[in-house]
Amino acid sequence: MSMDVTDSFVGGFSLDFGFLAEASAETTHAGLSALDVCGMILVSVGLVFFLGAAVGLYRFPDFYTRMHAAGKGDTLSSLLILLGFGLITLDDFSMVGWLLVVKLLAIVLFIMLTSPTSTHALMRAGYEDGVEPVTKGSSSKNTKKEGES
Amino acid sequence: MTTEGFTVFAGAALFVLMLPALYRVAVGPTSFDRLVAVNVIGTKTAVLLVVIGTLFGRLDMFVDFALAYALLNFLTSLAVARYLNRTRSMPEKKPAKRRAPRKKKAKAS
Repeated sequence: MSMDVTDSFVGGFSLDFGFLAEASAETTHAGLSALDVCGMILVSVGLVFFLGAAVGLYRFPDFYTRMHAAGKGDTLSSLLILLGFGLITLDDFSMVGWLLVVKLLAIVLFIMLTSPTSTHALMRAGYEDGVEPVTKGSSSKNTKKEGES
Repeated sequence: MTTEGFTVFAGAALFVLMLPALYRVAVGPTSFDRLVAVNVIGTKTAVLLVVIGTLFGRLDMFVDFALAYALLNFLTSLAVARYLNRTRSMPEKKPAKRRAPRKKKAKAS
C-alpha cells in the first residue's frame, strides 16, 4: 500500500491534504514549491557545516581538536541535511509524506542524542589512554609524528 | 535547478566531503583519530541513505535503513571506545597518575 502511494507522489500532487497541496502548488513558478526552496536552503547550510567538519578533521593538529571539529560539525550538518530532505519530501502533504517526516525526525532525534554521547566516550577513552594534547612546545613533534608534509 | 538535480548534487557533495575523513582513517596517528573519522563517515552514510532514498522515490524504505545504520554506528562507536580504553597498554605513567585519584574518590564516596 505504502509503495503505491509513494510512487504516486513523485509525479504529482495527490491524496488526503489536497487543499494544502494546492496551496503549496500556487506558490510554484519555476517548478519549485516553497517547501522545496526551504529544504534546499537547509541542505546547503548543512553541507557548508559538513565542509567545516571535513576541513577540521583533515587539518587540525591534534586528536582533541579534530574531535572538536568532527563532533560539532558532524552533528549539526546531519541534523540540517535530514531536516532539509524532510521538507523536500513533504511536498504533497500526503499521509505517507507525514509518516516519512516523522521517521526522519526520529533519526534527527537519535543522532542528536547519540553523536555527542559517542564523542564524549571517545574523548574520555583517549584521555585515559594518554593521548597527548598539542601544546606550544610539542606542536612540531606532533606534526612530525603525524607524517604530513 | 530541479529537486532531483539538487539531490544528486547533495549526494555527490556528501561523498566528496567524506574523503578527508577517509584520509584521516588511513593516516591517523592514533587509533582514536581513526575511530572519530569512522564515526563521522558512519553518520554521513546514514544521511546519504536518505539522499539515495529521495532520489529513488523510495524514501519509506530507505529511512528505515538509515535509522538502523545510525543505531549500529552508535553501538559500534561505543563498543570500540570501551575496548580501546580497556586493553591498550600504557607505556607512560601519566595516565596511571590521572586515573588514581578518580578511584580514590569512588572509594571514598
